[in-house]
Amino acid sequence: MLELKLADYKAEKQPDWCPGCGDYGILSALQMALFELKRDPSQTAIFSGIGCSAKTPHYLNVYGVHTLHGRVLPVAQGAKLANPHLTVVAVGGDGDGLGIGAGHFVAAGRRNVDMLYILYDNEVYGLTKGQAGPTLGLGEKTKSLPKPNPQGRINPLLLAFASGYTWIARGYAYDVKGLKELIKEGLSHKGLAFLHVLQPCPTYNDLHTKEWFAPRLYRLQDEGYDPHVPEGLPPEELDRKMAQFQEKAVEWGERIPLGVFWQAEVPTFEERLKAYLPRYPEVYPALGQQEPLDLEGLLKEFAL
Amino acid sequence: MEDFTWRVGGPQGGGIETAATLFARAVAKGGWWVATKREYHSNIMGRHSYLDVRLGRKPVGAFREKVDMLVALDGETLARHLDEVRPGGVLLYDPKVLGLTVRGLPMLDHRVADALAERFRKANPSLQDLLAAFVEAGVQPLPYPYEEVADRIGVELGVPPLQARRTLNTIAVAASLHFLGFPLDPLLEALALQFRGKVLELNQRVAQAVYREEMPKLSFQLHLNGYEPGRVYLTGAQAAALGKLAGGLRFQTYYPISPATDESTYLEAHTAFTGADVAVVQTEDEMAAVTMAVGAALTGAKAATATSGPGFSLMAEGMGFAGMIEAPLVVTLYQRGGPSTGLPTRTEQGDLMFAIRGGHGEYPRIVLASGDIQDAFLDAQKALAWAWRYQTVVVHLVDKFLASMAQSLPKEALRVLSLDGEKRLGPRHEGFGPYERYGPAEDGISPFIPIGTPGGFYWMTSDEHDPVGHITEDVALREYQMEKRMQKLETARREIPLEDQYTLFRDGEVLVLGWGTVKGTLLEALDHLPGVGYLHLRLLWPFPQIGPLLEGKRLVTVEHNYSGQLADLVQQETLKRVHHRVAKHNGRPITLDEVVEALKGVLAGRAPERLVLRKGV
Repeated sequence: MLELKLADYKAEKQPDWCPGCGDYGILSALQMALFELKRDPSQTAIFSGIGCSAKTPHYLNVYGVHTLHGRVLPVAQGAKLANPHLTVVAVGGDGDGLGIGAGHFVAAGRRNVDMLYILYDNEVYGLTKGQAGPTLGLGEKTKSLPKPNPQGRINPLLLAFASGYTWIARGYAYDVKGLKELIKEGLSHKGLAFLHVLQPCPTYNDLHTKEWFAPRLYRLQDEGYDPHVPEGLPPEELDRKMAQFQEKAVEWGERIPLGVFWQAEVPTFEERLKAYLPRYPEVYPALGQQEPLDLEGLLKEFAL
Repeated sequence: MEDFTWRVGGPQGGGIETAATLFARAVAKGGWWVATKREYHSNIMGRHSYLDVRLGRKPVGAFREKVDMLVALDGETLARHLDEVRPGGVLLYDPKVLGLTVRGLPMLDHRVADALAERFRKANPSLQDLLAAFVEAGVQPLPYPYEEVADRIGVELGVPPLQARRTLNTIAVAASLHFLGFPLDPLLEALALQFRGKVLELNQRVAQAVYREEMPKLSFQLHLNGYEPGRVYLTGAQAAALGKLAGGLRFQTYYPISPATDESTYLEAHTAFTGADVAVVQTEDEMAAVTMAVGAALTGAKAATATSGPGFSLMAEGMGFAGMIEAPLVVTLYQRGGPSTGLPTRTEQGDLMFAIRGGHGEYPRIVLASGDIQDAFLDAQKALAWAWRYQTVVVHLVDKFLASMAQSLPKEALRVLSLDGEKRLGPRHEGFGPYERYGPAEDGISPFIPIGTPGGFYWMTSDEHDPVGHITEDVALREYQMEKRMQKLETARREIPLEDQYTLFRDGEVLVLGWGTVKGTLLEALDHLPGVGYLHLRLLWPFPQIGPLLEGKRLVTVEHNYSGQLADLVQQETLKRVHHRVAKHNGRPITLDEVVEALKGVLAGRAPERLVLRKGV
């Protein structure tokens, strides 16, 4: 691989997000994280759903796959499982991941494929001009809604936890440096990492703005919070960790925590696949069929 | 007997499948070619199910309307199959069921019970009444108390009663074969294919005990037909799975659905075989199944999914995505009765138009259909090869009839094809910069480097895009990319060998057109229909240029759907009128007898434009 500079990770394509959009910060953090971890662009793939956030892959010089609304996780998991040596990042908005893609969000947690999923949460459907997203609170009325939101809010952290995500964190779009560190940590985590990013939409979300967030945010790790859950933790210790997680995951309003909430050691789906494919991941689907098929052997059970 | 069909009916979960497989293997061990069809309910246990095993001196691909021997393992079988045994045929039943009444059969549809009530002019006919009707129709009744026999043999062999009762299927098969005068040895050999160890020993002793009993002589006997080694007996779902393996499949996704699941679970269970180490992933739904397969394909893995009607509807979105980003993808579609949940375990060919057109917008897709077990094996290989050659979606159409049908065939019929022609580029090392994945290509097929190819990167998007894969709404780029993609259809039509597009099995003034699983039935029907030809379509899209073959013929389509979807397609693509549409949409496969009768009507000039076949149980 060539020696690459930070700028090499940035594609020539100009982002078409609104001025002041939180997406710019996430893009920069992602670019810096990939550069600092020296990830080979040709061994890295970024997948996205549909929406403003989903344009992210076009702005990075790696394999970029801009998929379908809500389907980013299955596509990304398919690629990662077929070539487990790739660095895989999936990105998408709250509508993409927790609205139309909620079933995939949950199922991905059950598998624990080794990759990072970044959810850009702005509480609105921006590209279709500001309808309520699945993370907008009940009764909240952003400026493009004719009436207060009649549907309740999904807590992405709790849902990720219930689904089995093994690394759960929250970042803030305007805290590029902090976000970069979280992305690096999520990429280095073995298993499915979920990074919830608070990403104010300056155009459609006039409730949860940069100004609203700034005084409320704090870092969990500054307060001695330890997210690490080693394998084989005694049940009472695990209960304590879970209680601690829940307490922080629901904290919203006066104080909003950022940082790593949960970091557990759980076998990945790749490791579980070994029960079926003993040579995996050394021999993986993207390599193609390695030996001629033993058709003769397979036909034995059908012989007359 | 030259032509013989054995039917076993009973409650689902009661092991009647084991019985049919045993019977098929026993007669196959005696040299007969066999084919088995399976009819069952969407139910785990208790509802009625039956299987037909048909024998022939040459490979069998069709089923008869009436059977020669009906083995009723319960009372309901008598009620459902009252008119299904040919005159002179036999009915093997347990006399203890005669105490039952039609209204006392809990799983019998009211429609059937009411029809029987009307027929016998009684509110609640007894099974004794039904038996009398069998006899009146010329069927020979053979009372055979399976359970009593099991108990007796159990005592004789010193086996506990519960264990002996578990051999009821073997007893039913052994009794059938013994009645038919068929030797014992092939049955013992068949048991050895089915069981191992102590269970085998018990079943063989049970079979021997049945054969020691005196049986009344039947008017017809089943003789040996000269065993030849090298034959295999497998289902369509197994053949499709094996074909995928032969075609180099590396990644399969699925969401459980009848009748497609059997293919994926077969793959899951056989990953230990050399070259069969496929990653099989059960997904949360069919949107995930199709898109996960796409993700795998983008890295260079030959990937596929398998589904049935409702799942295919959900996959329409993901297939369009694959078409747009030019991902090689195979979807094996096991058609079943629709619309909606429809008839989950019954057959239909109702998805032809949807396979060709389903989804929003237009993208090139290739649709092929298999007619029998061998086709399923070969077509699965072609489907994968074409998906990679043309970098697009290939829909491989099969159906429930084929999925659950089993046929014996020579092992050589299952040959591994050498198909290539992929436009895949190797690693690229010079410089750093995006790769023109969607660059110019006269045949529509741009060179492809999978994700992970060293030195490369580019973008893919479900939006319209430029040559490196960035979103565009530019008119010239849109026109170019759309035309480039659609050009693949013309390239495929030109490149795919004609023998893979259609087969004119016989020409005739009356020319029957069919696709998929009507094949076996029509091929045998030709023996009874001088002057009738048969054109079997293998490739349904791009549609083969068959117009000249149809010139001046009286055209008839035969298919398992309501409207005659092939007829519409033929008319649209060839501008030739289809004179008669033979349709069947009750979920049961077309029988040899009913299609011969329908086509005789066409030959005699007394057939309407639309004929609906209604036979089946």
